[in-house]
This record gives sequence, C-alpha cells and structure tokens, in this order.
Amino acid sequence: MQTKRTTFTNRGLPYALVLPQLAITAIFFLWPAGQAFYQSFLRQDAFGFRTTFVWLDNYERLFADPSYLNSLWVTAIFAISTTVVSIGLALALAAAVDRMIRSARAYTTLLVWPYAVAPVVAGILWWFMFNPTIGILPYILDQFGYDWNHSLSRLDAMVLIVLAASWKQISYNFLFFLAGLQSIPHSLTEAAAIDGAGPVKRFFTIILPLLSPTTFFLMVVNVVYAMFDTFGIVHGTTEGGPAQSTNILVYKVYNDGFIGLNLGSSAAQSVVLMSIVVTLTVIQFRYIERRVEY
Amino acid sequence: MVENRPFLTFLSHLVLIAGVFVVAFPVYLAFIASTHGPTDFLSGLIPLLPGPHMIENYSTMLTEGVSTGGAPPLGTMMWNSLIMALTIAIGKIAISILSAFAIVYFRFPFRQTVFWAIFITLMLPVEVRILPTFEVVANLKMLNSYAGLTIPLIASATATFLFRQFFLTVPDELMEAARVDGAGALKFFRDILLPLSLTNIAALFVILFIYGWNQYLWPLLITTDADYYTIVMGIKRLADVTDAEPKWNLVMSATVLAMLPPVLVVIFMQRLFVKGLVETEK
Repeated sequence: MQTKRTTFTNRGLPYALVLPQLAITAIFFLWPAGQAFYQSFLRQDAFGFRTTFVWLDNYERLFADPSYLNSLWVTAIFAISTTVVSIGLALALAAAVDRMIRSARAYTTLLVWPYAVAPVVAGILWWFMFNPTIGILPYILDQFGYDWNHSLSRLDAMVLIVLAASWKQISYNFLFFLAGLQSIPHSLTEAAAIDGAGPVKRFFTIILPLLSPTTFFLMVVNVVYAMFDTFGIVHGTTEGGPAQSTNILVYKVYNDGFIGLNLGSSAAQSVVLMSIVVTLTVIQFRYIERRVEY
Repeated sequence: MVENRPFLTFLSHLVLIAGVFVVAFPVYLAFIASTHGPTDFLSGLIPLLPGPHMIENYSTMLTEGVSTGGAPPLGTMMWNSLIMALTIAIGKIAISILSAFAIVYFRFPFRQTVFWAIFITLMLPVEVRILPTFEVVANLKMLNSYAGLTIPLIASATATFLFRQFFLTVPDELMEAARVDGAGALKFFRDILLPLSLTNIAALFVILFIYGWNQYLWPLLITTDADYYTIVMGIKRLADVTDAEPKWNLVMSATVLAMLPPVLVVIFMQRLFVKGLVETEK
C-alpha cells in the first residue's frame, strides 16, 4: 500500500490519529455486524427465556419462506425497473444538455436539485400526486379509463415506488452522464460526421460505446441505491403493501426485526443483505481497476 | 456540437423542458397544496394555483405543530435536523482526515489492518445491520440523545478514501521541506496539509450535510422522545393519521420545509456539490 517516500517517525501519534475512527468503526460497525452473524445461528423461544443454537436452520427457513422469496423477487423487479427508468431518462437529458452551449448551466441547475430531497419526502410527494381521491394523476388516468388505486392494485403500488425512486435518482445519473459525454473527444464525432454519419448513428455507434464504463458504473450504483437507500420511500408510502407487493428486502428486515421481533430471522436476513452489498462493492471496485487501464 | 441542426436543437430544448417540468412538478404541487386552507381538498381534486393561506399554514407548522399527530413544532424538528446534519458532516470530516493523514504519512505496525477495518464500513450501511446496532446504542444508553443520533453514522470509509487519494497527490517535496525546516507531524498537518485540503473539505461538507439531513431510518429507530425528532422523520408521523385524510395543507408545508435547506445548499453550492459527488464515487 502506498505511502510517502519519507514518513514521519512518531511512534504513538499515528495510533492516536486513527483511534477515533477505529473506535467508532469497531463499536458501531464491526461488533453489530458480528452480532448479526452470530444471532443468525440462534433461535429464541416465544418468551425469550431460552436461546438455542440452530446452525443454518434460520437460513433454511428463510429460503423456504414464500414471503421472503416474494421479497427477493419484488426487490429484483424494483431495482431493475428503477435502474432502467432513471438511467434511460438521465441519458436522454444529458445528451440534450451536451448539445447546449449557453443554456447548459441553467438546465443543469434545474435538473440536479432532486438529489437533495430525502427518499421519504420523494415518496410522500408522489404519494400525494397519486392519491386516489384527490390526486391529479389518477384524475388524468381516469379520463383514459384507468382506475388507479395503489392501495389495492399490486401493479400500481410498484409503479408508484419505482417512479418516486427514479425521480430522485435521475439527477445523480444525469451528472455522471454529462461528465462522461463531455470527456468524449470532439475529434471522434467530427471524423464520423465527415464520413457522413448522422446524429443518430453517431450516438449509437460512437457515443454510447464510449459511455459504457459510465453506464456500467451507474448500473451498479443504481442497484445499490434501489436496494438499500429506498427504505424511506417504501415506509413513507405503501409500507410494503398491498399484499406484500412492495415489501423490499430492507423494509422486510426492519419489519421482521422491529415490528415482528423475530430476531433470528432478521439477523439471517441482515447477513444475506450484507453479502449482497459485499458482492456489489467488489464488482464496483473491480470495475474501477479496469477503468484505470481504460 | 459538430454541425448546426436547428431541428435537433429544438428537439433537445423540448426534451429538456419536459424533463425540468417532470422533475419540478411534484414539488410545485406540494407548494401549491401548502398555500391552501384545509377545506380546499374536499372538492375532489388538488388545486393547481396558489391559495391565500400560505403564511398561516407555515407559521402554524413552525410554531405549534400538529398536536393530534403527536408532532412537536417544526421549528424544533428543523433545529434537530440542523444539529444532526452539521455534527455528522463535521464529525465525519474530522475523524477521516485524521486517519487518512496517519495512513498516508506514517508507517506503523498494523497499518494494513487499520486500512481494511475502515474499508469494511463501506460495505455495511445502517440498513443492513439495524437490529444489532440498535442494541449496541441502547446498551450504551444513547437512545433519545444527539450523541445517539450522530455518532453511529460518523464513521465513513468514503471520506477517508477521498482524503487518502488527495494526500497521495500532494507533492512529497512539501513534506520534506517542512521536515528540513524542523516542523513536526502535527505542525505540517495544521499549516500545510489542512489549508491545501480546504476545497476538498468544502465539497465533502456539502455532500455530507445532505446525507445527514436526509437520514430517516436511524432517527426513526432511536428517537421516541418528541424533543429529538428530526423533520424528515417527523413528516411521516404527520401524514399517518388514522381514520382520516391527512391535513394535506399542513403536511405539504412540512414537506416543503424539510426539503428546502438541502435543496438550497445544492443550488447555491452547485460547483462544490458536483465536485463532491463525483469525487466521493471514485
């Protein structure tokens, strides 16, 4: 690991400097993570008197539990839809801003601020717009003959949280796409234009391939966002319903642990989530190594 | 732009205006709703133009709150949010710049171990380990306190990495010159490294302030005392009335107030914000 050519020689000082961060990491990160791991092998009886070591029983039950499998499925649909919607819209907007010269800054300012809106606030804003009795969008949909009700329809509820989650994430993707687009050398597109390639062809054969590192990076980041940062959106709007149709994994961990008080199962779910995060982080880091060569 | 294509430029403007409209519309509606009286929502459709009750609604929320919703005045909650956001941002920057300094400018036994111990926090967001972390905080008697709200969220691998990357780009000669002149490690840190890092610190501060202000799950778990509610978690309580339609005008004024500070930070510090965002993800 890198350091400087010469270093300071104090003996105690470096330990004192890393101590605050290490202490907090150990107390609030490593110890709880270890606890989750340990508890995932235990089961308490209904009154909390006896705790038995049950090996992998919690995991076996978890993966045999239809509601957990449903939650995995729902999370996958949610994460993929959110990623596709927000990346697609952000790319269109970034490509449009990239054409602008004078107005680029103004448009950027008008597009980036939703990043600062808390997920739960985003959820409530969309919940209000889609409110079946007074909301404006159900009213418009009604004119087209669609009866919107996210407290009854599974599809409507999913669409609601996907829209709220994507709305908040567009600004983030937009900024990264814009940075990616602006780093593509003009000589390439100019050469293609001289060879007679139109704007559409240039976009698909030159710009899009050159953007692929950014796109891949954003895909990973968006999946992580949809899986772990959207608790507020679900908790603020559908609360996992109707009929478990929006019960994503992070919401289920919270619900089973704090409301249902099923400690063993919640711990096992935490461990599953941690392994998902670790996998995604490793993918992201391998990508970064590749990008350095690129 | 390679060639002049008026139609494509027109189309781009169209796409962008539509985009800005879609992005702003939910917030516009919320603002409009917050300017109406309570009865305007019974007519069956959200009004689309501002009403006359704006000042009334906002002052009610800021000073009195909604007693039936079990929510204190928003003034208190916004104050709590501010304390939380500032403590998290400053705390994270302070502890990570120190540890990055130690990791880059010293060689000491277990340096690698320390690095990995910090690195691993990147992989453990609060959401995935909520129950055991809650137990730790409860055992430390930190429920319903500012310490409990902030300290568990302060450790951050991202900030440490950012500072480490930056320190590695600082020329070695600066440090050697400082040593020749007889400056110790702390003096070098305070007089040379810290001033050089100011832009990075500012950029990181913007991102972390937003992160801290928008925390939701954590305050929801560890505060049961209304004096410690933050505004982002308080909104949910307002909207969650049983057996009745929420008081939309009041809920929406709370929503607008909750998103105003971080949104203003992004708009007015856009350059620092973009820098912080792009660099924390490297």
